[in-house]
Amino acid sequence: MSVSANAPLIEVRDLAVRLNTSRGPAQAVRGVSFSLKRGETLGLVGESGCGKSVTALALMGLLPDSAVVGGSIRLDGSELVGLSDANYCKLRGNRISMIFQEPMTALNPMHTIGRQVAEPLRRHTNCSAGEARNEAIALLDRVGLPDAAKRIDAYPHQFSGGQRQRITIAMALACQPDVLIADEPTTALDVTIQGQILDLIADLVAERGMSMILISHDLGVIAENVQRMMVMYGGTVVESGATNAVFTRMGHPYTQGLFRARPRLGARKGTRLQTIAGTVPELADLPAGCTFADRCTIVEDRCRTALPAVVEVGGGHGVRCVRTDVSMAETIGAVGT
Amino acid sequence: MSTPMSASVEAETVTVPSRPATGFWRRALRHRSFVVGGTLSLMVLCAAVLSLVWTPWSAYEIDVTAKLRPPSAAHWLGTDVLGRDIVSLLLVGARSTIMVGVIAVSIGLTFGVCLGLIASARKGWTEELIMRMSDFTFAFPAVLSAIMLAAVAGPGMVTSIVAIGIFQIPTLVRLTRGSANAIWAREFVLAARASGKGGFRITIEHVLPNVLPILIVQATIQFALAILAEAALSYLGLGTQPPQPSWGRMLNDAQTLLFQSPMLAVYPGAAIAVAVLGLNLLGDGLRDLLDPRLARER
Repeated sequence: MSVSANAPLIEVRDLAVRLNTSRGPAQAVRGVSFSLKRGETLGLVGESGCGKSVTALALMGLLPDSAVVGGSIRLDGSELVGLSDANYCKLRGNRISMIFQEPMTALNPMHTIGRQVAEPLRRHTNCSAGEARNEAIALLDRVGLPDAAKRIDAYPHQFSGGQRQRITIAMALACQPDVLIADEPTTALDVTIQGQILDLIADLVAERGMSMILISHDLGVIAENVQRMMVMYGGTVVESGATNAVFTRMGHPYTQGLFRARPRLGARKGTRLQTIAGTVPELADLPAGCTFADRCTIVEDRCRTALPAVVEVGGGHGVRCVRTDVSMAETIGAVGT
Repeated sequence: MSTPMSASVEAETVTVPSRPATGFWRRALRHRSFVVGGTLSLMVLCAAVLSLVWTPWSAYEIDVTAKLRPPSAAHWLGTDVLGRDIVSLLLVGARSTIMVGVIAVSIGLTFGVCLGLIASARKGWTEELIMRMSDFTFAFPAVLSAIMLAAVAGPGMVTSIVAIGIFQIPTLVRLTRGSANAIWAREFVLAARASGKGGFRITIEHVLPNVLPILIVQATIQFALAILAEAALSYLGLGTQPPQPSWGRMLNDAQTLLFQSPMLAVYPGAAIAVAVLGLNLLGDGLRDLLDPRLARER
C-alpha cells in the first residue's frame, strides 16, 4: 500500500521504446508520461501501430528482449524499468494484470479453464489446490460465466467468444491486482457483447478499487469508460486530459480528424464517411517534426522542424501542437453536437 | 453441452465433476485407429515376449538339408536359405526390432525435444548454437556416423542403436523448435507471461502439451525409420550381428533370393509393415485422444 492515497500508484515518465524490426530500429514510443492514482482510469486511443500496445507491454515488462526501454515506470514508488525478469514475474498477474484482445487465442486450448484461472492464485499466493479451485469458481461466477461450478473443468473451445473473454478477465483479476491493463478487450467481440464486457470491467474496477488502463481504437469506448484519456499518434501522446475536457473541446488536428471520421447514425443517405488523408508514418522512419505533419490540414513549416511541445489549454488538458490557436478556434467535440 | 437443462438444478451444490482421465479409456476404446493400432502394436510386443519363452524351432539352429522349404505343418512359413524356421526367426526378430526402435527413438526424443524446447525458449545465440549443431549432425549420413561409431566402439546392436538415436536427434530438434516457436507466438503464452510465469514453467505447462501431439505422430514415423535404418546397418554388418536375427537382416538376406523364393522377403517385410502401421495408427489415435478439441468428435 502506498503511504498516501494521493500518491500516484503508477508513474510513467518519458517512456521511450525502441524496437528492432526487420526494417531497422523503430522508435515505437517516445516521451510518454502519465501518472495514475489508485482507482483512476485512463484511456489510450489511437489507430493501429501508434504505440498503444507497446506502451502496455512496456508496463508489463513483456517487450521482446531486443527492445530498448528508456525513461521511468514506477509502481508505488519502485522503479520497473530494468527490473530483472524474475522480479517482474512476481509483479505480473499479482499487482499488474492484463486482458488481451483476442479471447479465442488468449486461453491455452490444452488446459481446463479452471486450471487456467486458478494458476495465478497458485503461483502468487500460498493457497492449496482446493482453495484455488473454489476461488476460481467464485471468480468465474463473479464475471458472469453461467454455471461456473459445473463448467470449471471444461476446455476453452467449449465456450463462446464473450464467455472466453469473461474467463480471461477472471484470470487477470485472480490475485486482486492494483493495475489492470485492458488491451482492446472488446475488439474481437460482437457489438452486443462489447457493452456487457465493458460494463463488467467497469463494475469490477470500481468494486475492487483498481486502476485501469483501457486501450482502444474506438473513441466511443473511451468516452464512456475512462476518466482521463491520452490520444496517441506515431508513438507520441498528441493530446491528453480529462475525458470530458477532451471531448468538449478537441485540440489536436488528429483527435479532431478521428472524431470527424466516426460513422454517424441518422446521416443523410449517400453521405461519405470522412477520412484523414494520407497514411500512418513508418515507425522506422519518423519525420523530424510533428509526426502528424504530413496528414495535417493546417501544417506550417515550423511543424516539420522539431517535435512540438505540449501546450496546456486548460485544466490539465494538454495538446502537442503549435497551432492550437487555429485548431481550437472552432469548437470540435461531442458535447452539444 | 450434453446436459444443458439439468445444469441449473445442480448449480447450487459444488459437485466435483468426473475428471477427463476416467473417460480416457472409454473414449480410447471407441477410437477406431487407436484400437486397430493398439492391437497391431500389441501383437508385435506379444511376439517379442513369446519368443523369450517359446519358439516353434530354435531360431539359431541351422539345417542346410531343410533349406528354402515351402510352408508346411512343421514349418508354418517355411525355412530360409540356412534352413532356419521363418516363424521362429520372426518371433525372435521382433525383440531386436522393438529394442532398436524404442531405444533409438527414446534417445532421439529425449535429446531432440529438450534441445528444441531450449532453443525455442531461450532464442538468441543459444538457439543459433543448437540449430547449427543439429544442422551439422544432419549433414552426416546415418550410415557414415554408424561406421565411425562402429570403428570406435565395435559393431553391434548397441552401436547401431546409438547411431540411429543420434541420427534422429536433428529431425526432432527442428520439429520441436519449429512447433514450439509457433506456440510461443500465441497469445495464451503472452497471457501466461502476463500472469507471472517464467520461461521454464511456460515451456513445461504451455508449450510442451501443445507440441506433444505433433511429436507423438513424428515419433511413430521415427520408429519406422529406425527399423529401416537398423535393417540397412545390419546389411552392412554394422547392426545386429549374426546369428542374432532381426527383421531387417532377414529382409536383406532375402534380397539375393528374390526371384528364387520371393516369400522370404514378404514375411519380414509384412512384419515391419504391421509394426509401423500399428504404431502410426496408435500415434494418430493418441494424438486425437490427447487433444481436448478433438476428444468429443469420435
